[in-house]
Amino acid sequence: MDVAIIGIGLHRFGRSPDMSGMQQGASAVRAALADAGLAWKDMQFAYGGSQDGGNADALVNELGLTGLQFTNIWNGCATGGSSLHAAYTAIKSGEYDMGVVVGFDKHPRGAFNPQPKEWGLDEWYGETGLMLTTQFFALKTQRYMYDHGITEDALIRVSEKAFNNGSITPTAWRQQALSYEEIASSTMVSDPLRKYMFCSPAEGGAALIVCNADKAHQYCSNPLFIKAAAVRTRHYGSFEVFSPSQAMTVADAPTVTASKAAFELAGIGPEDVDVIQLQDTDSGTEIMHMAENGFCEHGEQEKLLREGATQIDGRMPVNTDGGCLANGEPVGASGLRQIYEVCVQLRGEGGARQVANNPKVGYTHVYGAPGISGVNIITK
Amino acid sequence: MTSQVPLHEGLFTWPATKPQLLGSRCSQCAEAAFPAQPDCRSCGSRDTTIVELGDHGTLWTWTIQTFLPKHPYLSGETADTFRPYGVGYVEMPGGVRVEARLKPNSPDQLKIGMPMQLDIIPFCTDENGDQRMTFAFSAVAEV
Ligand SMILES: [Zn+2]
Repeated sequence: MDVAIIGIGLHRFGRSPDMSGMQQGASAVRAALADAGLAWKDMQFAYGGSQDGGNADALVNELGLTGLQFTNIWNGCATGGSSLHAAYTAIKSGEYDMGVVVGFDKHPRGAFNPQPKEWGLDEWYGETGLMLTTQFFALKTQRYMYDHGITEDALIRVSEKAFNNGSITPTAWRQQALSYEEIASSTMVSDPLRKYMFCSPAEGGAALIVCNADKAHQYCSNPLFIKAAAVRTRHYGSFEVFSPSQAMTVADAPTVTASKAAFELAGIGPEDVDVIQLQDTDSGTEIMHMAENGFCEHGEQEKLLREGATQIDGRMPVNTDGGCLANGEPVGASGLRQIYEVCVQLRGEGGARQVANNPKVGYTHVYGAPGISGVNIITK
Repeated sequence: MTSQVPLHEGLFTWPATKPQLLGSRCSQCAEAAFPAQPDCRSCGSRDTTIVELGDHGTLWTWTIQTFLPKHPYLSGETADTFRPYGVGYVEMPGGVRVEARLKPNSPDQLKIGMPMQLDIIPFCTDENGDQRMTFAFSAVAEV
């Protein structure tokens, strides 16, 4: 049995000072229901998650006490991907025909401040200033550049593309394109990553209405299909965030195994994908994720970026809505924003940022602490 | 009188003339970990022993922390007194890469592959006025 997406909704990422995180989640659900032409009472189940916005199942207070099965999902940066995976299996199993997946968040300003105990670590690790995600991404990017001949030029080009795409995406938080020089001369935050190479914690909500594909056409003239949903965790030797030590032999990242599993499920390869969303917590991770997801060889990114291959008019468009860099990262919602954008592109509703030639296959990838990755493949 | 106490027990041998980082090694698969842990992440065995990982190594990757981290960072510094610090993974003779603070804190002082030396240094002062000691690496002085 296939699983269809028949409604998509977004509560714009960025800052909504007058709304709680929960209200932004409800706003996204209402938008997805309106898009599907359905009502909350039609939903048989829901999966939802948030890091700082509260328990997702409290959304019923906003949307209606209909008695549906509502399960909270919390899985770090892969919360959205894990919620969608749960909904996908709920429909595939035949237990349900229709439900909603929702993610939302509202983080305080500034960098995240994870607490060691919540990640199974001793206090000294946080106390001595070793437990910062920004540090980890810088450490991993630094080594990757050394191993694979990537230069700062590539890092700058990723950010340049992100903010340019954001400037033509009406829902993006950052609407201002930045020049190559502005990015190159911005403050160094954690060598080799500069200010305009990092995304910021933010606010927002995203929701999807999913449905048994056999019944999708009853509700929707343009359903899209989830061909694969895979979530994987780290292996021994993966170079991961929040690791006081690393094994001497580096193993594949969880992204590599999630990606391979998803392509196998979908029965296609990277060359068949028309529009791509990759986790871009910073510009270094987008570069690494291009290769970890199989879209190029390690080291090839330098040339691909210089040629513009990942721009909207390139042969492998990546993060067409500006990604996390231009949208910020409300952790609970971020993975579902990627799916929202791929659906917009496959429907041909991308406006100024629409990928040409009628894209048919979309790919989304999230990655986060403590070494978890979620991949989805969505088709027309 | 001010005394010095380790930030956390079991991370390094100290006081000692040549302090060593402490970790664990799995008796089944020989993989090492830092800090020492009772379970082996490689093979799942619970048969591990505490071992010395060494007092020097080579720099595997690095960055510089340029802004004051939020809680739970506990250096006692303020935004005004904060001094950037290096962070890196150092390959230890004991067969594991250990994340640590680095004394060098500017890009021109750091290079992947450079030799590093373990130091036990005062990190902050606790409520009793004692200095809490942590581990860090510095560049090996040119001979
Ligand atoms: Zn073992």
